[in-house]
Amino acid sequence: MRRHESGTGSPDGGGASPGAEPVKDGAAAAAAERVARESYGRLVARLAWQWRDLAAAEDALAESFAAALRHWPEQGVPDAPEAWLAAAAQRRLLHHARHTRLTLDPRVTALLDDAEPEAPEREAVPDARLQLMFVCAHPAIAANVHAPLMLQAVLGLDAKVIANAFLVSPTAMAQRLVRGKARIRDAGLRFEAPEARELPARLAAVLEAIYAAYTLGRRTLDSPADDLREEALFLARLTTQLLPGQAEAWGLLALLLHAEARRGAQFDAAGRFVPLQAQDPAAWRGDLIEEAEAALWTAAGLRQPGPFQIEAAIQSAHAQRRVTGLTPWRAIAQLYDVLVKHHANLGARVGQAVALAEAGQPDAALALLDALPPEAASYAPAWVARAHVLGLIGAPGRQAALQRAIGLTDDPRLRDFLVTQQP
Amino acid sequence: MQFMIAFKETTTEVARRDDPGAAPAYWGAWGAYIGALQESGIVVSGNGLQPPRTATHVRVEGGKRQVQDGPFADTHEHLGGYFIVETASLDEALEWAARAPCASAGSVEVRPVLPPMNAAA
Repeated sequence: MRRHESGTGSPDGGGASPGAEPVKDGAAAAAAERVARESYGRLVARLAWQWRDLAAAEDALAESFAAALRHWPEQGVPDAPEAWLAAAAQRRLLHHARHTRLTLDPRVTALLDDAEPEAPEREAVPDARLQLMFVCAHPAIAANVHAPLMLQAVLGLDAKVIANAFLVSPTAMAQRLVRGKARIRDAGLRFEAPEARELPARLAAVLEAIYAAYTLGRRTLDSPADDLREEALFLARLTTQLLPGQAEAWGLLALLLHAEARRGAQFDAAGRFVPLQAQDPAAWRGDLIEEAEAALWTAAGLRQPGPFQIEAAIQSAHAQRRVTGLTPWRAIAQLYDVLVKHHANLGARVGQAVALAEAGQPDAALALLDALPPEAASYAPAWVARAHVLGLIGAPGRQAALQRAIGLTDDPRLRDFLVTQQP
Repeated sequence: MQFMIAFKETTTEVARRDDPGAAPAYWGAWGAYIGALQESGIVVSGNGLQPPRTATHVRVEGGKRQVQDGPFADTHEHLGGYFIVETASLDEALEWAARAPCASAGSVEVRPVLPPMNAAA
């Protein structure tokens, strides 16, 4: 697993101290892995909340995971591994606080009196992961750090893995994460749920970050990014569990599940890219589509419309082809109209143009593409759409647009596909 | 900021240049990439290079000249070309690097350019 061992140490340190016996017992390591996946975010969130310091909480937890890998093979896996880890991390934080005398917080001084708890209690660890996600997506932190910070804080991913997915130099990513955490500490960002009136805006940032993690995981080819996709799905599910009354959380889950349902059909047996319209709906995963539809249904019942629900509804409309054999382009174009009013990003605007062209209005579609902002010039999907629409109209320029798309895509499989589309 | 984006191709990738079955796809992908790069307006300068077998290496060791034709035998990645680009950030340069056809068949190196050096100021 790629959980990071320490916020400051080497990423591949492995965690064992030089004198420690190497881990022989695979079962203990496997138990630590399981606990890591399930508990990491919960533990880091609780410790960060108590100590008001995310970086210190991560370091202490990394040390306690390392200690677990040393002790569990000899002493056996404790009955309550999460509580064991929490107590061990708590001890380290107390030790650190006493050693540096950085804090005069009465909470800390009170705890110091009964430090070194012998047998950790089996109390349930309160779930502060949601608060942690809200802090990571705080408006005081740069938006491009929200998703990386959440992946590290809630899931414990290594900075290097995050850097790969976001196509950023590992050093720069590590610096951004450190700055983000320092900002949380220095600005005293509160580890508490936002007030009801700010919840939608704050939740939107959390959901955007999860979405960004999923799409990066989907685009990149290597296996770590593949895991990132799973981590994003885990976070989306978690958000619906923690905030079941928020329709947009269900909308995001539905959207990701629809994408996930088609993932296997995106490439043929030879690894060649297959665009959505050419995919065999029988190859889509029915179980995931059903789960997506159920999530979207739950969202609709909450009567809080929002962009993720509209995007999910568009994907749901595409999924209809599995039953009816037809794609309802007119309905999709209308959904895109609503989406663009909410959320006029490039992806939505290009999708709107394509749907309009497929619904029989290629000239209107071309007008939409012509009106895209200048940054669309380096956005490959805009050129793919232009080539497609020009092809439908029979107007010149299709070849040039296709060329531009080929030059701009960073996915070799998509590039190979586009090359085959040339006359 | 100015960066050099240097394209490193594997020996297999270089061989596609002269393989009649693979050459059209090879040159097509590079042509499209370089076209998009030029259109973006970030290119300061740059060139593709003739294949590594056309290289000549010069080395002076202990006062003795050594001249060798072709690539060093133990080289697995060859410089295929380079661009100097002007971008707002390293992130933007990395984005362009990732789009290069050899990013998935070789590697792409991105390095900041040193400010001009004034000889004998």
